[in-house]
Amino acid sequence: MRSVTPLLAVLRAAALVVLVVAVAACSRNGAGGTGVGNLGPGGGAPGSQQEFLVSVGDRVFFETDSSNLTPTAIATLDKQAAWLNQYRNYRILIEGHADERGTREYNIALGARRGSIVVNYLVSKGVDQRRITTKSFGKERPVAICNDISCWSQNRRAVTVVQ
Amino acid sequence: MTLITRRNALKLGLAGGAFALATPSQALVEIVVTGGNFTPLPIAIPDFASSDPAFGAEIAQIVRDNLKRSGLFVPLDPASLPIRVGDVTNEPDFAAWRAATVDALVMGSVERGAEVGSQVRVWDTQASAQVVGKSYKTDAQNYRRIAHIVSDAIYASLSGGTGYFDTRILYVAESGPKANRVKRLAIMDQDGFNVQYLSSGKALTLSPRLSPDGASVTFTSYEDGNPQVYVAGLGGASKKLINGAPMSFAPRYSPDGGTVVFSVSNGGTTNIYAAGAGGGNPTQLTSGAAIDTSPCYSPDGSRIVFESDRGGSPQLYIMGAGGGGAQRISYGEGSYSTPVWSPAGDLIAYTRQSGGQFHIGIMKPDGSGERILSSSGQVQEGPTWAPNSRVLGFFRDPGGDAGPSLHSIDIWGRNELNLKTESFASDPAWSPLRG
Repeated sequence: MRSVTPLLAVLRAAALVVLVVAVAACSRNGAGGTGVGNLGPGGGAPGSQQEFLVSVGDRVFFETDSSNLTPTAIATLDKQAAWLNQYRNYRILIEGHADERGTREYNIALGARRGSIVVNYLVSKGVDQRRITTKSFGKERPVAICNDISCWSQNRRAVTVVQ
Repeated sequence: MTLITRRNALKLGLAGGAFALATPSQALVEIVVTGGNFTPLPIAIPDFASSDPAFGAEIAQIVRDNLKRSGLFVPLDPASLPIRVGDVTNEPDFAAWRAATVDALVMGSVERGAEVGSQVRVWDTQASAQVVGKSYKTDAQNYRRIAHIVSDAIYASLSGGTGYFDTRILYVAESGPKANRVKRLAIMDQDGFNVQYLSSGKALTLSPRLSPDGASVTFTSYEDGNPQVYVAGLGGASKKLINGAPMSFAPRYSPDGGTVVFSVSNGGTTNIYAAGAGGGNPTQLTSGAAIDTSPCYSPDGSRIVFESDRGGSPQLYIMGAGGGGAQRISYGEGSYSTPVWSPAGDLIAYTRQSGGQFHIGIMKPDGSGERILSSSGQVQEGPTWAPNSRVLGFFRDPGGDAGPSLHSIDIWGRNELNLKTESFASDPAWSPLRG
């Protein structure tokens, strides 16, 4: 039983591809910035997925082999929690990711731990746990593709997907 | 120097080389251990006699290639040999072979009918004696196997250990862009031939491992959205091992094939569980808030080595197969991951990260005798043992848009080779010798 129709699922997949390409291109240009997906000018309508992506920020980053929330991550999650508490119609998927500088199996566990830390924080800020599912990709789905720390630091992330 | 001396030296060098503790006689030290170097044994392998000469030449070349890749032998150029085609009926003209400075000689024949049959004799020309003489048969459908079986016989007769050529390697074949890479299961002969793909690639598929009888596989797949452990007959339909776990991964069979041990992530903690290979209720083997993963049974099934960050960074621990009593065994700088117990039980291979590098290493199960075999600034991980406990496979990924490739190295850190695959490849799992 899924609430997303096939058409919406396709559109969402397409949006994700655009996001991935945008961030990857960003990193290649050395203009890494926040790593927040940029779907074009404008912040999107209030309560839209685009607003969440552009104005709130859908991801937080971690230090190497760490799942501690940095002050920047906490600030982002506070904004996410406020938005999610305002727009309660969305379901929430937290994706945990690791960079490629670790072993495959450990990184699946590390991604799970990062996702869990984010879930716990959002729940502590009043987001209903029943809205949230988690998924760990380990190091299998990097967004920034290069072979140095500028990319690895963008890949150590937890992404909040509203759907 | 006679072949016998060299052969003994070869055996001794192999047995003593792992930790350089052996104190062989002075002569053998000169031959084998100087500077940790090792001189491969030259070996003559004329084309195999056959009513189809091209087939006999092809089989002999497979044997030469196998022995050469082992790093223990240097097959001589067949065009340089006194005899170009093997003769398994008559004794060789030892004087002629000695004059050609050939000490080790392989004479073979092969015929292809309903089955493929081969005879092989290994000769010591210095002692004018046969080292081994055997005949083999195999299925004509996979005729290359006869060459692998013969290669194993030659390797075993001259090096004092069992071979590893009649084996296959299960791995993850990777294709497509890095950010959205397709990863599917594949299996090939150890020399890269006879590739078969076992999954479609629709879902991410990782960490495949063969059952001890080589007939089944367990692996991690994202088919359900989250990673879960599956089991399948080779090329057959897959079945999720357990239900109800938020995420399960890192599976490995027990030595009797009846049990699969794996990790479950739940609420940010990752613990080790075991379940019957046919499914059923899992038993929890570790508990706590740490990440416990990459479990692997000892070959007698009594213990499990695994990786845990309970002490801070990932390190190796050994516990009883029923859980409990975990003892840390790794104490070097950095972190240790992906432990795998050798089939002989004497060594544990692992991935170590330290000093910004990835190392493939081995140590004894009590943690002593650590030896780093390969170090790289690139990611390399996931060692797997060849069935003779002398050779390891692993994978290395240069990062960026490039992709991983399979490599092998022996337990003395010699003879690192790239195992050629049709696509990027990772997560090798070496099969037992085929029955």
